[in-house]
Amino acid sequence: MKLSPKWKQRIAFSVLGLASVVVIVPVIVIFSILIEKGLPAINWEFLTAMPRMGMRAGGIFPAIAGTMYLVLGTIVVALPLGVLAAVYLVEYARQNWMTRMIEVAIVNLAGVPSVVYGLFGLGLFVIFLKFGSSILAGSLTLSIMVLPVIITASKEALSSVPQSFREASLALGVSKWQTIRCIVLPNALPGILTGTILGVSRAAGETAPILFTVAAFYLPRLPKSVFDQCMALPYHLYVLSTQVPNVNPKIQYGTALVLVALVFILNFLAIVVRAHIRGKKQW
Amino acid sequence: MVNPGTEKIVAEDLNIYYGPLHVLKNVTLSVRNHEILGIIGPANSGKTSFLKALNRLNDLNPNCRMSGSIRIDGKDINREMDAEDIRKRVAMVFALPLPLPMSIFDNIAYGPRRHGIKNRKELERIAEKSLRSAFLWDEVKDRLTGSAMKLSGGQQQRLCIARTLAVDPEVILYDEPCSGLDPISTAKVEEAMFELKARYTQILVTNNVKQAARVGERVAFFLMGELVEADDAKKIFTAPNDKRTEDYITGRFG
Amino acid sequence: MRKFRESLIEKFILLNGLASILFVILIFFFLAKDGVALFKTVRLSDFLFGIFWDPLAEPPQFGIVPLFLGSLMVTFGATAISVPLGIACAIFIGEIAPRWMREFLKAGVELLAAIPSIVIGFIGMTMMAPFVKKMFSLPTGLTALSGAIALAFMAIPTIVSIMEDAISAVPRSYREGSFALGATHWQTIYRVIIPAASSGIVASVMLGIGRVIGETMAVMMITGNAAVIPRTILEPVRTMTATIAAEMGETVRGSDHYFALFAVGMVLFLITFAINLIADAALHRERK
Repeated sequence: MKLSPKWKQRIAFSVLGLASVVVIVPVIVIFSILIEKGLPAINWEFLTAMPRMGMRAGGIFPAIAGTMYLVLGTIVVALPLGVLAAVYLVEYARQNWMTRMIEVAIVNLAGVPSVVYGLFGLGLFVIFLKFGSSILAGSLTLSIMVLPVIITASKEALSSVPQSFREASLALGVSKWQTIRCIVLPNALPGILTGTILGVSRAAGETAPILFTVAAFYLPRLPKSVFDQCMALPYHLYVLSTQVPNVNPKIQYGTALVLVALVFILNFLAIVVRAHIRGKKQW
Repeated sequence: MVNPGTEKIVAEDLNIYYGPLHVLKNVTLSVRNHEILGIIGPANSGKTSFLKALNRLNDLNPNCRMSGSIRIDGKDINREMDAEDIRKRVAMVFALPLPLPMSIFDNIAYGPRRHGIKNRKELERIAEKSLRSAFLWDEVKDRLTGSAMKLSGGQQQRLCIARTLAVDPEVILYDEPCSGLDPISTAKVEEAMFELKARYTQILVTNNVKQAARVGERVAFFLMGELVEADDAKKIFTAPNDKRTEDYITGRFG
Repeated sequence: MRKFRESLIEKFILLNGLASILFVILIFFFLAKDGVALFKTVRLSDFLFGIFWDPLAEPPQFGIVPLFLGSLMVTFGATAISVPLGIACAIFIGEIAPRWMREFLKAGVELLAAIPSIVIGFIGMTMMAPFVKKMFSLPTGLTALSGAIALAFMAIPTIVSIMEDAISAVPRSYREGSFALGATHWQTIYRVIIPAASSGIVASVMLGIGRVIGETMAVMMITGNAAVIPRTILEPVRTMTATIAAEMGETVRGSDHYFALFAVGMVLFLITFAINLIADAALHRERK
């Protein structure tokens, strides 16, 4: 029996729809589980207290704080570097082999496995530059990892600033750099920030790059300087779920939920920034 | 003939290429001090390319090549001057009004600030003077901190003129400044140009022949990259030397 | 003076532009520096073709084959799951779903992309592994299959988003031309749109594989961590990434074991480098 095209289409579309359901259902399941099992653990003490009894009780405050430090450190290093690299590519670079090399390098940086970043950070920052296992080494490692995201987003934001703005400024005898600083960058800023926050939210959830460069197994105090180790949420979750026996699942799920919430707050922030400029954009 | 003492800008044997396109061919043309030179011609005749060569905005296009020379007050702009200096002295008003996305005051103050004037009083003085010269002061004096993007098209274009005046240029280039404007706004812009005659040399590119006749003292006619002729406006519009000029201004093509 | 400052700034910006190239070189250099040191004591062929990975044995064994096969098996499994699902989902989102459903699905896929890998690993370990164990009545649920499933869901967002871009880049006129000839929507999709977006498919699959092969934490938690050559997908395996992450903490700096882990990192780097070059070439061709 030969199927009519109409029936074929019906079957094909059902299969495609089913595939989408298969993709989306686990997302919903994961979130329901996290919220159902994690939410009961979350209270003021959990968020603000030090861990106790070999991390089997108490809070996860140092891990939250550590992740915050790493996020800040990553922004401080990666934002200027990424934005200026994008400025070079959009405003100064000509179409030649060197520009192509830079683009290929960015693509490859984006594809380097996170654990390889960890090895690299260990080799360069921890040992060769003698930073030791520290917030500094961890932030630098994470910065290089998120650099491609920031460069790509910044390039897009810079290119979306109308060429006419640049001409108007240059026609007044304003130099190229001043034009970029005073006209192009301010107008590209929201897009740049959106990309940066998204990149950094990825860094916040990464474990492998910080494994050998900063993360402390158990450190119930806050770091004193950038040369200190710190705890971090993703690593803490790893430790709780595989390295410490007899941990109340509530604490594990609570930690997972806090980590996911933190990443989502950052993502949400990016969406808000993006929506805000879309509303305000004047050209 | 042109008296050498009053020549402001002299372009000699100017050729411009965009990649393989030869857009301006052997143009030799001088502009006198404090005159309004109208440049007319159909689309793609090289008018705008010529204009952009005068303040080196063509530099921004990496495919653009040039030969010949342009001198301002005897100095070669490509070999003896910085692009920024020449652009400060030879300013440009674009076809579409291009206010920057900031307040009216900041638009005017943008140029002077970049050139090192930080004193608020001084900037305010410059803003008022420039806005008055561009016939915009009375319309915007109460909302200088408002967004420039909220002005009407004609107001925006006069704001651009004022912004140009604020960097204190010697020559102002207009690239079809009224192409997007209604007749009343156009009249206001033209009025401003007359007013500025006393202090500035002005070059107006337009594809509106009537506007060139109203505003220009001398008129140059470009066609397919060539300068067909340049002469007093009266002469061009009553007894042109070249048949092609006559055909164009009487509306037979273009 | 101003001119001088300006050119100084331009040079500084150029330096930032070149930083990406520098980092790629630095990464390779620092992996190679310690990785190559392994071959002072271990023969290259023993590393590349050795079938035992046992750093604690006497003498220690550093054969990458079981790890490589572990990575290969998990990657292969994840690709087999994620590519059809991802492409189907992208077609459904881009071509078929009504507007509200499209927004919903896109948001869902973005959410999936934002979940940290450690959380996927955690959920996979506590929820999915027991399920797999029961379903196939295995001694443990921590198997290559469990890892492949978890990784598939981490690769799907990458595949969907690149695929969707490729589909929406197909010119409208192709679609209209096909409809005008009386083709059904489905015929148009698989005869016109999918072929026209083929280089996007190649790129999305390559980048999806790149994502999977480099994934570390989830794999480490779910695949059971047995560094032996796997026979079926229902056995525990250990990938190259997991080996590095799990063992680096126990090594002595400067020991053979330490160098061996860097050598594994170097192999990983070279593999992903090649994959990314292919994906980039595919995307580049599409743009032209």
